[in-house]
Amino acid sequence: MKEERSNGTKKGLNIHARRGLAYIVLAVISVLCLFWFFLLFINTTRSHSELNRGFSVVPGKYLLTNIQNLIRMGERLPILTGLWNSFIVAGLSAVLSTYFSVMTAYAIHAYEFKLKKFMFTFILMIMMIPTQVTALGFLQLVSRMRLEDSFIPLIVPTIAAPVTFFYMKQYMESSLPLSLIEAARIDGSGEFRTFNSIVMPLMKPAIAVQAIFTFVSSWNNYFTPALILHEPKKRTVPILIAQLRSMDWSSLDTGVVYAMIGLSIFPVIIVYLVLSKHIVQGVAMGSVKG
Amino acid sequence: MTMKSARRGKVVSYNKWGYIFLIPFVVVYLVFSFIPLVSTVYNSFFENYRSGLTQIGPTFIGLENFKTIFTSGEVWIYAKNTLIMWILGFIPQIILSLLLGAWFSDPSLRLKCQGFFKTVIYLPNLIMASAFAMLFFALFSDGGPINSLLIQIGILDTPFKFLSNIWSTRFLVAGMNCLMWFGNTTILLMAGMMGIDTSLFEAARVDGATSTQVFYRITLPLLRPILVYVMITSLIGGLQMFDVPQILTKGSGDPMRSTMTLIMYLNRHLFSKNYGMGGALSVILFIITGILSLAVYKFTNRKENN
Repeated sequence: MKEERSNGTKKGLNIHARRGLAYIVLAVISVLCLFWFFLLFINTTRSHSELNRGFSVVPGKYLLTNIQNLIRMGERLPILTGLWNSFIVAGLSAVLSTYFSVMTAYAIHAYEFKLKKFMFTFILMIMMIPTQVTALGFLQLVSRMRLEDSFIPLIVPTIAAPVTFFYMKQYMESSLPLSLIEAARIDGSGEFRTFNSIVMPLMKPAIAVQAIFTFVSSWNNYFTPALILHEPKKRTVPILIAQLRSMDWSSLDTGVVYAMIGLSIFPVIIVYLVLSKHIVQGVAMGSVKG
Repeated sequence: MTMKSARRGKVVSYNKWGYIFLIPFVVVYLVFSFIPLVSTVYNSFFENYRSGLTQIGPTFIGLENFKTIFTSGEVWIYAKNTLIMWILGFIPQIILSLLLGAWFSDPSLRLKCQGFFKTVIYLPNLIMASAFAMLFFALFSDGGPINSLLIQIGILDTPFKFLSNIWSTRFLVAGMNCLMWFGNTTILLMAGMMGIDTSLFEAARVDGATSTQVFYRITLPLLRPILVYVMITSLIGGLQMFDVPQILTKGSGDPMRSTMTLIMYLNRHLFSKNYGMGGALSVILFIITGILSLAVYKFTNRKENN
């Protein structure tokens, strides 16, 4: 009896202590996550000489000057065309990848055919194969098709995106009743029209989540674009970052370096903060059930 | 009888659309993934590289490329580097994720601001790895802000050369990987923990189990399938480690090639157009990731059957 009571009070104390500990650890980890981006933000607003003087937590007034200096580097580091190229490639990838992944998932979800089970298993099997291991053949194919320095080999392959397909398939199982498709058939809607005017709108939440993921992973992609795009005017942001890294560090204006890093990171952070609720939910939903 | 066959006929006519809707995926996959895979394998059996301005090959040499790779010793160093940096990043990542996942999913703790914390820890995952590496290069450079901060606080007297020391460079790469992936792992593990039947926790609490006991005796064993899944997928991801060390070390893998990863090695062959060796290396990596993926597939399937 006595023991039990002492146990009870211990547990009562425990929960407060544990809650306190949890908050402290979470606070430390959050600081550890945000510290780098805070430093990046501060440093993009400071001039080269200010940066050389040392560490500071107070923002400077050189944000616009740094960005102007970066743009003035022109041909040496064509940041504006880089941002535009990245935006085009990532945007078109997001659109094509989501549209055709929904189509593939719909084929497997809504129809009964002989190869259905085989196709589903096959797509799951290839899901984990990294793009790098086929990069050599991909590169040869691209040069044989004369598509070097073109965005097509970066955009079109995203149509076959196993991970996006899998997410769409999961989403359909929970929120696309087959009776709805039956009803559309009875109303005389053709299969392709049903897909475009009934299935696509119903899939909007899943499409939004996957569009963001595809956009971000294409925006961040460095390996494949670096092998395909050589012309300075065709380069995407990650290639320009690599180019910046290979320049002579001592001759660079550090304010400009931070401005360049900031321009490639902050747009994604802003979009993320606006949509974060959906994204975090999306991660949890997509990956575990499999 | 007639009705049945009529209905069957109708079903078949709809179901051909299953094949039609699969056409884009299959065509794109065949052209942009399957053909490259076959030609990568094909290349691995040929001697094909440039020496200065002269093109050597392509000549069929069988398994000679594989022999060269395995006996040259270089590939072992890079495999070791990749594995070391993966482990250095994965251990803190899985500990942090388990801890945070357990806290977030514990109803008795009732943590506030969960949304905020989850948003923050997931944030680094979406950052451009190459830009993040460039940022760390700038911050940890000899005259950079981290060194001046450490000197201002009085921890250091002279700047520490983070990128000239083997272990500090490896820790930087591992640290960045950990930072970028622990949020993702936390969310995965948390979803797994939420799936555990809450009556188990209640029963344990009624029996007087402490939260530590609950974690080790109930949460952890029931979480094992997801833990294995997380570990194997993380290993597959670790084998692909490229952007961070490539940018951080300017593609050199310095100091003394201690941060050179397998994909950086492959990238070198691709740039110097040594297609024979590049092909052989790709095939080896393909087989390793193939085996690992098969393990994931087997594992998740078994879970479903249970």
